[in-house]
Amino acid sequence: MLALDPSKKLSFNKTIADGDLVIVYERHDTMKAVNVSEGSVFQNRFGVFKHSDWVGRPFGSKVYSNKSGYVYLLAPSPELWTLVLSHRTQILYITDISFVIMYLEIVPGCLVLESGTGSGSLTTSLARAVAPTGHVYTFDFHEQRAASAREDFERTGVSSVVTVGVRDIQGKGFPDELCGMADAVFLDLPQPWLVIVSAAKMLKPDATLCSFSPCIEQVQRSCEALRMNFTDIRTFDVLLRAYEVREVKNDSMQGHGGSPSQQPPCKRRQTSEGSNKQESISSTIMARPSAEAKGHTGYLTFARLKCSE
Amino acid sequence: MSGNQSNVDSVQSRRVTWEGCSVLLDINDGDRLVFSRLTENSTLKIGKKNYSLRPLIGCPFGSLFQVEYGAEGSKLSRLLRSAEVSNIEDNGDYQPVEEHRDNRELVDNNKAQSLSGEDIEELRRQGATGDEIIEALIANSATFEKKTAFSQEKYRLKKQKKYAPRVLLRRPVARSICETYFTKYPARIGFMRVDTLSLLLSMANVAANSDILVVDMVGGLLTGAVAERMGGSGYVCNMYLESSPYPMDIVRMFNFGDEICKRIVRTSLSDLCSVQNDPSEQMGHDVSIQNDPSEQMGHDVSATANSSNEQMCSHETLTEPSGMEEIALPSENEVSKCKIPKAGDKASQETIDLWKANGFSSLIVAAPELDTWNTVKDLMPHLSHSAPFAIYHQYLQPLATCMHRLQSEKMAVGLQISEPWLREYQVLPSRTHPCMQMSAFGGYILSGVKICNPESA
Repeated sequence: MLALDPSKKLSFNKTIADGDLVIVYERHDTMKAVNVSEGSVFQNRFGVFKHSDWVGRPFGSKVYSNKSGYVYLLAPSPELWTLVLSHRTQILYITDISFVIMYLEIVPGCLVLESGTGSGSLTTSLARAVAPTGHVYTFDFHEQRAASAREDFERTGVSSVVTVGVRDIQGKGFPDELCGMADAVFLDLPQPWLVIVSAAKMLKPDATLCSFSPCIEQVQRSCEALRMNFTDIRTFDVLLRAYEVREVKNDSMQGHGGSPSQQPPCKRRQTSEGSNKQESISSTIMARPSAEAKGHTGYLTFARLKCSE
Repeated sequence: MSGNQSNVDSVQSRRVTWEGCSVLLDINDGDRLVFSRLTENSTLKIGKKNYSLRPLIGCPFGSLFQVEYGAEGSKLSRLLRSAEVSNIEDNGDYQPVEEHRDNRELVDNNKAQSLSGEDIEELRRQGATGDEIIEALIANSATFEKKTAFSQEKYRLKKQKKYAPRVLLRRPVARSICETYFTKYPARIGFMRVDTLSLLLSMANVAANSDILVVDMVGGLLTGAVAERMGGSGYVCNMYLESSPYPMDIVRMFNFGDEICKRIVRTSLSDLCSVQNDPSEQMGHDVSIQNDPSEQMGHDVSATANSSNEQMCSHETLTEPSGMEEIALPSENEVSKCKIPKAGDKASQETIDLWKANGFSSLIVAAPELDTWNTVKDLMPHLSHSAPFAIYHQYLQPLATCMHRLQSEKMAVGLQISEPWLREYQVLPSRTHPCMQMSAFGGYILSGVKICNPESA
């Protein structure tokens, strides 16, 4: 997923090879991560797809099943990975992830600490942001979860910039050997205020911290704890509103010709496209917000370590 | 390679200022925000006085400075943390005790303060510090003791801002630069909010060793933010579709070293499309690029490339009365000693050929003045297959049209128009609530992934 070696640039029109990770795209809400393996098949409601048909095709290709159903094979990216990874915990999505990385000021070469690892959704994006020279140390107290995360990072090809540790950060704090080395710390813990003193020890002066908490009571306590050693303490909520776009064909004859029809626009379109194609058909592209959206994910509290002398 | 990388690191992780470095000065907790470059001679105007920025050189970013009065007049001097804490001790640790005082007896008759302006001047002449003046003002206020703890704090803060102004030394990075422009000059960055910018970068999979095609008509903010994320690897190709490149002055606010600047290149669409470039034509382009910056900077508020130090000052005095904030770029004379690497060279033919052969790894467009669909249609063929893209606009309709066309011509999948929404909260003991003022709009994004469509290609 990452081009860690400058000789293997991301942009190079790559073709799919045996062993590659591809994102199989059915619809915007139906995608799956698949490792290409010559002898295997991929099966969905559109039929059976042979992996051997995929090898040698460019990424982004449309491929057909035995029943001439089709899917697209996309190159993996942290954004797509977030949509297909297996949920072992609640995960962070693109809106929060993007904001966290920007607000923590993470750039290539940074050393970043994260707890907990969870399903590794944020970790994958953190890895992209620090690559190729930085590193992400991520901790989870759940042994199996950490192991699964390690496997995922191998699979997505970010493992060389990520180290997964098994550790109860809330109980024991971050390990001493990382003292004063971190450019950023990210906390997604039930009681983040317990870790703030330890996080302060890990950070370089003026370096950034973020705590993600779903509940305002957690935020309240974290902020109180932060005021000791941190400055620039700010809490946000960031959401995304999606829009639906559709083309509506209007019969402009309607205007002149007598009875204003009450028919819904869709039906109109069908008849007009069918037999009598006339230039009296105009169309408008319209957009409106989707009716449903996430109303809350969590509060993001950011702070900056005070500069001591 | 390793040598190169360590060089990049040293530039990227610089947390201490140096002579010639670009800084963001935050005066009195966000009341004013000023971009500046630290040199021997650069100054900052606070109130009616110019203060030398020399004391800021060699200090860590995040340091706080306060105007101090001394024997040889007033100057900016660094506030150490102990002093900082003692001064605002009742700021954060205030416990929500029952408040018995209220303001029922507060009469606004301008008689509460017994110190006159002359008294304060006299104190100053005697060498009183800003903090001492504030204490004197409090001691001589007839009403201070009767105020609630909240209003006492407010009073103290107000007086501190006036008599002991503070300057916070901030690091100019994509986040702080975008926020500053969004607050002060949103039109120059196409009203792009920081959360929107952050989404553009992730949606377009901006990463090390990639080749990002950028159409940046937001002053260079986008180009700078992308370059920052690539840390001196890959290329940011700042593309122009008309005859001359778009200004990218904001790139100079970032403290990019040579390594990163070399990775920011410019190309015109015609150069990318042409089969074989005529060398003489290329020369012509080079000249026009060299001429352009001065012209572009004319549009910009502040000191232009050739202006002298005085011009910068006169500019400041010009903007002061209008209540506008200056974004003071340094003059070139001033910083000639410390060379600032220049970004935005013309892309070499070799690089262009590579892009032609392989395509760009992703595309970001922020071009409010261009027709969105036509721009995207022209650029899509230059992307590699499965390349993600993100198109910014402050209006919805151009994106809706573009999305519809991309869909009907089967050029992309995963198409989505999204609008981020950002709300900030005040979090204080017993006083937590959303902030009273918020930005209601930060722009729209159309994102998607290009697919390999043999029919359309």
